[in-house]
Amino acid sequence: MTPLLETKDLSRHFKVGAKLFSHQLLHAVDDVNLTINEREIVALVGESGSGKSTMARLLAQVYKPTTGQITFQGKDVSQLRGRKRQLQYRSDVPMVFQDPFASLNPVYKVSHGIKRGLKLHRPELDAAGRHEELLRVVAAVGLNPPEEIIERYPYELSGGQRQRIGFAQALAYRPKLILADEPVSMLDVSIRIGLLNVMAKLRDEEGVSILYITHDIASARYVSDRVMVMYGGHVVEAGPTETVLADPKHPYTQLLLSAVPDPRAPLAITTEAAKAEPPVVIDPKPGCRFRARCPIAIDQCAHVTPLLQPLDPQHKAACHVTAPGVTAAA
Amino acid sequence: MSTPTPPEPFGWEPGISMSTLSEPQPERLPEPLLDVRDLRIVYDSPRGPVEACSGVNLTVRPGEFVGIVGESGCGKSTLLFGIAQLHSAPARIAGGEVLFRGKDLVTLPTKELNDLRWRNLAVVMQSAMNALNPVRTIASQFEDAILAHEKWSDERIRERSAEVLRLVSIDPVHLDSYPHQLSGGMRQRAMIAMALLFTPDLIVMDEPTSALDVVAQRSLMVQIKELQQQLGFAVVFVTHDMSLVSHFSDRLLVMYAGQVVEFGPTREVFDTPSHPYSKSLLDAFPSIRGPKVPLIGIPGDPPNLANPPAGCRFHPRCPVAQTPCTSEAPELYTLASSPDVESRCLAHRPTDPIDISLVNDAKEVQTS
Repeated sequence: MTPLLETKDLSRHFKVGAKLFSHQLLHAVDDVNLTINEREIVALVGESGSGKSTMARLLAQVYKPTTGQITFQGKDVSQLRGRKRQLQYRSDVPMVFQDPFASLNPVYKVSHGIKRGLKLHRPELDAAGRHEELLRVVAAVGLNPPEEIIERYPYELSGGQRQRIGFAQALAYRPKLILADEPVSMLDVSIRIGLLNVMAKLRDEEGVSILYITHDIASARYVSDRVMVMYGGHVVEAGPTETVLADPKHPYTQLLLSAVPDPRAPLAITTEAAKAEPPVVIDPKPGCRFRARCPIAIDQCAHVTPLLQPLDPQHKAACHVTAPGVTAAA
Repeated sequence: MSTPTPPEPFGWEPGISMSTLSEPQPERLPEPLLDVRDLRIVYDSPRGPVEACSGVNLTVRPGEFVGIVGESGCGKSTLLFGIAQLHSAPARIAGGEVLFRGKDLVTLPTKELNDLRWRNLAVVMQSAMNALNPVRTIASQFEDAILAHEKWSDERIRERSAEVLRLVSIDPVHLDSYPHQLSGGMRQRAMIAMALLFTPDLIVMDEPTSALDVVAQRSLMVQIKELQQQLGFAVVFVTHDMSLVSHFSDRLLVMYAGQVVEFGPTREVFDTPSHPYSKSLLDAFPSIRGPKVPLIGIPGDPPNLANPPAGCRFHPRCPVAQTPCTSEAPELYTLASSPDVESRCLAHRPTDPIDISLVNDAKEVQTS
């Protein structure tokens, strides 16, 4: 089965530094291989600065990749020529943003954004068809009654309702894959669950795939089928959510799991690893990027970048210690 | 939730690098540091006053960590602003007292209040991004706060600033950094360092971790707790994430629609939440352990405080609401089973309590 979307050694570097002709490069994303199948929620988990949002923007074609390739439905997206094909890709892969307070235009009713998208991406619909579709998508994200909701302005909705409008907007384009960049992190804990349930419903009933970007591994567990953990621009662990969470191999995944506040569990975290700062990946040397915070680092970690090694057909981790490579083992 | 219960799952567990920490102090100081009595704060709106804080009582003893939890729009931040007297029009205090070290802050003249603030009572604001001045170095902002209270020499200011930064594990070289040169976690820690300049008796924190990711968040919490044990200040900590304070606070105050709905020792509130709202909040976040169960969160939104529902303010969203709840406003009752816990639910009314044993039934339906 061809995956819906696949990236091959995707990298994105940014020029940084105060000088005009600075040659310092910030490696935001390095050699990421990601696959998303149909009807699947993949969670991309990592802390601030790990390259999660850059990934989303690469997939949305906001940024061009420095190297590597994105294949969507078997076609290389960098080869999409012409407005029509570009438009088609954007309607197939829409984005939902983090801040529901900033991503809706405050001077228009919430129906405005959805209708504009429909006009642009679904030219086959007439006015009545658009209105019908508008009501359908608003109801699909759990906003009831839709007739009343679409007449409101963003300030008349709560944060959770606004974020649902964000999803309705994406849904209106008949997407294949929704890129959701931290869609719940600005919301109250009590409202997050409702939105996660909407995401699961969209997968089950509308058949869309979702790339769910988050730093909250507990919510990733709740909603996703597969999980990828990013650190410093590298994918450090990937696999089916339950497998990875039940048996995390990479020390960073273990740290992430131990940091989740859980009143049902005893407090267990070593402050040393947690206190350290995320890496700044400007002109990185080879070696594991987590080694400065890693409790089990060995000499090799400072010289050789660990690659993702399969632990079983699905579960992969990039660590010299817990997932030694074939060459290292030999 | 059928997770295996670890022994003594809540509270401050040893086993971390906490050589500096002492055992939690027993209640040998009956004199409260902060005593909020029947505080009412209203916002004057064109459509009439909106009461965001309706008769809140809260005591904080020296060295105590009190968590305040609730959803957005429940009056948590309003209460906190009321405590520090930071509210500005259209908010005003409509009644009640805020006794801090025996003085009523509500009626205290501004000059005395200014003297007290920062020296004895410091506030850490929600977003460190906005609370620090982007065009001034950390050192100059610290200096500003110090000079408002003391005429210290430049060296002494520098020395003290470096000292507090070290307390929060930031290298003092960052005194000459601008806020944008620090990461989010460091900025937030710098704010806390600033609050520590005079080693106050009470630090009030308004969601200091909400902009951070989980790892930074947990490390900041551990650090706050360590500092608290080391320096002995009391903390009032506001958050919407109830699970966050579970390991850190001594007592927990749950707010809903401007009212206290439950107040008691953290451990008891988590183990046996007596108010349906506390229980719903607790059930609203997914766990990374144990079986995966579908959750529903809390349907609906907090009520509009301009026109709160009659009876119990939580009844429209309550999974176990019954007919009396729609008309009879509950008071804060002391629980018969545990005298330290207060709960605003008719189920705990001393006379003629309603039956909410249904809470458990509803829970089973929900998880099956």
